[in-house]
Amino acid sequence: MGERIIELRDITKSYGQVYALGGVNLSVDRGEVVGLIGDNGAGKSTLIKILSGVVKPTSGEILVRGKPVSGWSAARSRDAGIETVFQDRALAVQQTIVRNIFMGRELTGFMGWLKVSKEIAEASRLMREIGFTSKVFTPQSIVGQLSGGERQGVAIARAIYKQAELIILDEPTTALSLTETAKVFHFVRQVRASGRSILFIGHNIHHVFDIADRFVVLDRGKVALTADRSEVKSADDLINFMEDVAHPGGLPGLHEADEAEQRAQ
Amino acid sequence: MSKAMEPDLQTPLGRASGKAARESGKEWSHPSDNWLRGFVLDNRAALGTLAVFIVMMAVFMIANPTVFTTWYLYSSVLTTLPVALFVVVPLVFVVTCGEIDLSFPATMGLASWVFALVVQAGYDPFLGIVAALVTGTLLGFLVGSLVVYGGLSSLIATLGMNFLLRGLIQIINEGKSTALTNLADSTAYKIFSSQVGGIPVQIFWAIAFVVFSALLFNRHRFGAQVKVVGDNPDSAKQMGIDVKLVRVKVFVFTGIGAAIAGTFSVMINFTWWPTAGDGYLLPVLASVFVGGTPTWGGIGTVVGGAIGAVTVSFIQTGVVAAGLSGFYVQFFNGLIIILSLLGHKWNQARYR
Repeated sequence: MGERIIELRDITKSYGQVYALGGVNLSVDRGEVVGLIGDNGAGKSTLIKILSGVVKPTSGEILVRGKPVSGWSAARSRDAGIETVFQDRALAVQQTIVRNIFMGRELTGFMGWLKVSKEIAEASRLMREIGFTSKVFTPQSIVGQLSGGERQGVAIARAIYKQAELIILDEPTTALSLTETAKVFHFVRQVRASGRSILFIGHNIHHVFDIADRFVVLDRGKVALTADRSEVKSADDLINFMEDVAHPGGLPGLHEADEAEQRAQ
Repeated sequence: MSKAMEPDLQTPLGRASGKAARESGKEWSHPSDNWLRGFVLDNRAALGTLAVFIVMMAVFMIANPTVFTTWYLYSSVLTTLPVALFVVVPLVFVVTCGEIDLSFPATMGLASWVFALVVQAGYDPFLGIVAALVTGTLLGFLVGSLVVYGGLSSLIATLGMNFLLRGLIQIINEGKSTALTNLADSTAYKIFSSQVGGIPVQIFWAIAFVVFSALLFNRHRFGAQVKVVGDNPDSAKQMGIDVKLVRVKVFVFTGIGAAIAGTFSVMINFTWWPTAGDGYLLPVLASVFVGGTPTWGGIGTVVGGAIGAVTVSFIQTGVVAAGLSGFYVQFFNGLIIILSLLGHKWNQARYR
């Protein structure tokens, strides 16, 4: 592995009396794909929001390339080379593809005037690069006219524009067709091949198992397991582990039912 | 994930169609590549407003050809129209940003009062204009901060500020107006309020303002961020845009526009009244929406708003000139607003 891109130390986040995160340590090194898994309410979303600067942690330390940062914000996070593809895609649907790709990072010249033709050319190149071209839309099409997969393409294009060092993909395959899901996985492999890092959040443990180098299991606001790929034999190991964490005593008949379901698949 | 399932990313539409598209060099072809169709699609709302205006004027002309071919009618509209334009245009930004500002009439009154005080004290009107602009900027910042940082509903908070500031003017002035008789001899008056070849010079300033604002809206980072914030404030925040600052800025812009409008209205009348600006509230709001800016935020049209202002200005003059009594004015105002809204609803799709 290489340089440590980001490190969270003992991060907590509370909303009033409720703790969403209770002391989380997490780091991502250059060129690795980290799979973050956890049940609903485990604190995955909160953790993503802290990494992307949208939410400020209650306590804890954030280190970018080994240096502690202060005044962490969404703009700072992007400046540090961290791009997030949010679960809801975070698109402005009444705007054009160009405006969405350059949202918050407009290409401007003298006194903030937009370099319109450069933006269109760059958007066109990006969309082509990740294979989300089509004969029916242009960089100036309205995002609201696009399908779910195409919208995901716009969100991904926005994330890779600045050669981000870490791309956070929050449930990127939710509500996508099989072909579109395959595209997202291909994209993840492309990014890893180019030496950049990915934090992949997924509900589908089989999906995460397929692409991650390292797994982090979050449970009720705490890291329950960190394991390298070599330490985990199969996706079922992870699933069993998560069940044990969720129900320490074990639920009678749960494993049997689950295995039967997997055989059916 | 088996290898066979992975699609070919270079040609996601399949090898044959992708190749065909590359060969024809039209991978991004779209109906809007035709410049005329593109222009129409990009400016649907503004063109719709223009159509409403043309139809309305045609009806007026048929009703009374003699009056509608005399220059005097147009000259009088062109004198008062600029005042409205200076507030309609910034309000398009405010509405596109997902907010509303009902405090601009009081800002017009207060800024133009400052202008009147400076001129009355014997200073150069240019200094008065600067003082009015500073007042407008500060009031815009005050109203914007109250709404944005105070977390108040812009509809109610700006309505409250409108009453509050107007009340302040009335308390201090006790209803008394200020006459500015020496204004007519000043250079500022010649530059901003005289006539050139029979055309009121204000309209040129107003057109310049509309063109500048349209560029700001469509070709500047400010306009781009206003639209994104109005469209999806959460996304804008996630992408690192200072949503609150953008919102405050649109209120400041309205404050500046209102200050210019108020100053122009005083220069037209040579008199400042404590009610200056009050009559503009409803016609200006109507102009924004007649112009094709929808109420839900994210999209808007500056040029459409300007055409909306022209339309609304001509209703009153037109109805009376067409031979109907003044009692019909409100009825036609309402009719035009409703018809325009129906037209825009049909003309523009709302994406979610």
